Amino acid sequence: MMTIVDTNSPGTAAASRSITPRAIKIAADSLSCYFGSVHALKNVSLSVAEKSVLAIIGPSGCGKSTFLRSINRMHELAVDSRITGTLRLDGEDIYRMDAVALRKRVGMVFQKANPFPTMSIFDNVIVGLKMNGLRNKKDLSEIVEWSLRRAALWDEVKDSLSKSGVSLSGGQQQRLCIARTLAVNPEVILMDEPASALDPLSTAKIEELIHELKQQYTIIIVTHNMQQAARVSDQTAFFYMGELIELDDTTRIFTTPARKQTENYITGRFG
Amino acid sequence: MTTALQTYRKSKNTIMYALCILSTIAALVPLVLIFYHTVSLGASALNWDFFTKLPKPVGETGGGLANAIVGTLTLVGLGCVIGLPVGITTGIFLAEFGGNMYGTVVRFLTDVLNGVPSIVTGVVAYTVIVLPMHHFSAYAGGFALGILMIPVVTRTTEEMLRTVPQSYREAALALGIPQWKTTLRIILPTALGGIITGIMLAVARAAGETAPLLFTALNNRFWHNTLDQPIASLTVFIYNYGVSPFEDWIAQAWAGALVLIFLILLLSVAVRVATRPRY
Ligand SMILES: Nc1ncnc2c1ncn2[C@@H]1O[C@H](COP(=O)(O)OP(=O)(O)OP(=O)(O)O)[C@@H](O)[C@H]1O
Ligand SMILES: [Mg+2]
Repeated sequence: MMTIVDTNSPGTAAASRSITPRAIKIAADSLSCYFGSVHALKNVSLSVAEKSVLAIIGPSGCGKSTFLRSINRMHELAVDSRITGTLRLDGEDIYRMDAVALRKRVGMVFQKANPFPTMSIFDNVIVGLKMNGLRNKKDLSEIVEWSLRRAALWDEVKDSLSKSGVSLSGGQQQRLCIARTLAVNPEVILMDEPASALDPLSTAKIEELIHELKQQYTIIIVTHNMQQAARVSDQTAFFYMGELIELDDTTRIFTTPARKQTENYITGRFG
Repeated sequence: MTTALQTYRKSKNTIMYALCILSTIAALVPLVLIFYHTVSLGASALNWDFFTKLPKPVGETGGGLANAIVGTLTLVGLGCVIGLPVGITTGIFLAEFGGNMYGTVVRFLTDVLNGVPSIVTGVVAYTVIVLPMHHFSAYAGGFALGILMIPVVTRTTEEMLRTVPQSYREAALALGIPQWKTTLRIILPTALGGIITGIMLAVARAAGETAPLLFTALNNRFWHNTLDQPIASLTVFIYNYGVSPFEDWIAQAWAGALVLIFLILLLSVAVRVATRPRY
């Protein structure tokens, strides 16, 4: 079916957003993930609205990373890994899609910044597109500038684009990794503790960035920092021992959580 | 109490330091001796003719080993044509996809191949190439050298690829880069320095082989016209001249050894410069 409304023009998009609830971008239904006999994620069902930020919190080993990595199918790279249940992106079953095509739509930023050591800053940003056949020099440099601007790194590196990516500071490297992810123009960005190795200033920059990015992208962020979850997210999910305990608006989770376990965890009274 | 402990630690440190220096010297002495000996005995026979002329028949003085220098380079080149593609791809397979039974078997067989004496490899090349062709040839020599290079190249490629952190593979895959491009264009370049070291080791080993060439490339006192003829090599000339009763031949053998050493050195440096990392 064709729609007459041009959803690309800012006016109508804003108008339609205020009337209709946002479309569901990602939906998990009875999702379970295994590593051999380890049942790392148990029967998780949740959905994430388009252009919103979902924060995932929970104690170490509760399956946060596993959940994130099931969404871009990095989970299946582990030996003996297995998945049951369904995961959908825009209603389409992720596990019936081509993994490479899926990963172009669902980008990922890792805990430890990992720019490619053999590449310049420029090449690091563009590597995803270059490896998939984009050759036009002008297009490439435009995308590099756009991505670095979006990642709030342009001003710091614009005169040293040919320098090594690993010559940057840790915080800059992490923003470089974000730029690299943005360059592929994904719809969803998964972030696994993106700021846990950074100083407060770099962390603030990343958080600011998340605010910016959610205008255009759906973001799922794993964090151990409660204040960070409260600051950046619209919704927060609390995982415990592989189960989804509670998912609600972030303000609700941090003021009046429905479950005792959630309250104990966010107030730091957790065993 | 503390001072006694400190003195003890300090003296232990000094002793260990001295041991390290001694070991280094012990390792360097043979190298220096070999080098000194080769230079002092071989330099006298080194002249322009040595690099440009063919060997002279018995009784005539002068001449050179030009054909043997070109022959060694040709044989090693042919060896690379076989040894590098097979070795590198096998190494990639073992590192990236060899976590199963099949990988274990291939790894074991590679180690077995590495332990096979080079003369046996020569006999094999003789059987599968020289016998059917009915004559010795550069091809047969290159084949034997290539087989010798495979295990060295395979194992270093695997080891070096394994040192590349998993996080780079994940980062590349997460960008929607296909597996094969991730391996070839991101992981392989990251490990390139180490792989080059392995390749140069294999090249040096191949260039220094004599035994397998005796069955395959044989020798040639003249220029080879095509690669399916016998071909000269520095090592076989060194072997032949070294055991001869003629003084000028023995001097030329030493000069050949000197040239071989420098050839490998030069090649290593050139390859390193050509493939040096950009950062
Ligand atoms: N590659 C693997 N092989 C086997 N078990 C694994 C593997 N990765 C994770 N696990 C297990 O799965 C469970 C969930 O791990 P996961 O990494 O998702 O935890 P997490 O919530 O991200 O923890 P953290 O906060 O420490 O990062 C853990 O019990 C862990 O031991
Ligand atoms: Mg984790």
